Amino acid sequence: MKGGRTLRVVVTTVVALLLVVALWEGYKWMGGQTDDHWPGTSIELPTSTDDLTMPHATDIAGELFEEVRDGRARLPLYLFLLKKGWYTFQEAAIGFSFGLAIGLGLAILMLRWRVAERGLLPWINVSQTVPLIALAPIIVTWGRLNDIPDILSISLIATYLTFFPVAVSALRGLQSPDTAHLELMRSYAAPWRTTLFKLRLPAARAYLFPALKLAATLSVVGAIVGEISIGTKTGLGRAILEYAQRYAVSPERLYASVVGAAILGLSVFGMVNLAERLVMKRTEGVERADRVAA
Amino acid sequence: MSGYVESEAAVVIDGVDKVFNAGSLDEVTALSGIDLTIGAGEFVSLIGPSGCGKSTLLRLIGDLLTPSTGKVTVFGKPAHGARLDQDYGMVFQHAGLFDWRRVAANIELPLELRGWSRADRAARSAEMLDLVKLPDFGGHYPRQLSGGMQQRVSIARALSFQPKLLLMDEPFGALDEMTREHMQLELLRIWRETGTTVVFVTHSIPESTFLSSRVVVLSPRPGRINSIVDVDLGERTDDTREDPAFFAKATEVREALRADEVGA
Repeated sequence: MKGGRTLRVVVTTVVALLLVVALWEGYKWMGGQTDDHWPGTSIELPTSTDDLTMPHATDIAGELFEEVRDGRARLPLYLFLLKKGWYTFQEAAIGFSFGLAIGLGLAILMLRWRVAERGLLPWINVSQTVPLIALAPIIVTWGRLNDIPDILSISLIATYLTFFPVAVSALRGLQSPDTAHLELMRSYAAPWRTTLFKLRLPAARAYLFPALKLAATLSVVGAIVGEISIGTKTGLGRAILEYAQRYAVSPERLYASVVGAAILGLSVFGMVNLAERLVMKRTEGVERADRVAA
Repeated sequence: MSGYVESEAAVVIDGVDKVFNAGSLDEVTALSGIDLTIGAGEFVSLIGPSGCGKSTLLRLIGDLLTPSTGKVTVFGKPAHGARLDQDYGMVFQHAGLFDWRRVAANIELPLELRGWSRADRAARSAEMLDLVKLPDFGGHYPRQLSGGMQQRVSIARALSFQPKLLLMDEPFGALDEMTREHMQLELLRIWRETGTTVVFVTHSIPESTFLSSRVVVLSPRPGRINSIVDVDLGERTDDTREDPAFFAKATEVREALRADEVGA
């Protein structure tokens, strides 16, 4: 059963990938035939299909094995991206962990004191309307003034994106137990903390994991945007920025690094998925958000 | 009557009123002038139409609500103290088991909160599973059980720490008729075996008559005690349900419920 499931995931992934490549190449081929017009019309295609705008998928893949310079060393692009990706992953992971801790903390605070919910929730919502691009330099400048390493500042930018879904969904989850469950704990004269650990937190898990998947991908976005906006020396964001400036010379390189970023996002998503499977395994098919809400 | 001694009162309700949202436009007097004494070891049903305050009365006994006036005494102490001492177990209409805990762990929850050792908990939950006739289901998750089985687990959980009082809020209300009748017999067996006092909320006339030594008939708006019907049918079996004496008692309860309609 388990092996079949893994196989299915692998097959779906490969098919999806082939589909994207086929669409890309099909569109490009069509543009080449019609001189960038929709077939049989004089309407121009939204994007040009020449090799500069849309390099061949094989060229992008091939570029991964071309040698690039990393400081004084020379190494294939895929290794280079892997190195940069590892750095970005660390930033994202720290940001994610902070976001999880802060989000959960805020949710528990809002659960404990209605006043806190009324006072905090609007600000938590407002926080997400501030554009990250504007915020990033502020955080980094503060960080540098206080001798905080850039990697931590970038993590804080990722935290800013991740704490929000965690706080909102955790609060909903903590409030999800129904009256009978709460009365039961009251009948045991259970103190607030016991009810939190034995009832509310376990019940919140089903609500938390979808938010954690979102938070994981957001943490990568936050880390990359952070790197780009403060001009770090390393990381995927730096690579993307550099290759964007040299787009006219080798567009394949930029595409390859964007693919790298996407893969990083998918990996962290997969990690949370795995964690969910491990945590919820014992009650698989038992614990579902819809069931808790019913 | 079922050998209960007046002096050993399990629950004494003395001049209790319960008003919700007092002073507000949606003020509701749920209960008014309730006096009731329940003897230790008794099986008492609270019956009445929806909105008569029977569940409210049960929650006052359990100190899940506090009376607006009057006082509730449980085993000689204020209801609040009895709750803190965990003198009673509670069973709800929906089993209210924790989905993420196995059946045994659900039964052990109150023991866990009391700091019992793992071995003692395991021993007691096994004992309780035997009592409710689910010896092989300790390792299952609640969702893998039928509604009737879940309710048995819920009863086992309520009895796991051997409370002297069991508060039950329409526990069989969500079960089908067959399961319900079976569970009623099971409950009576457990009641006899454990000697615990039971306060049982229901809106079913046959159920209240079949189970109880006394049926307390409540009338709505404001909820008050209309009458109390003594039921002495000896030991109940499935045959009791077809016994003329049972029908006579059920009719008495029905008429007590109707008396109120006519009066109103």
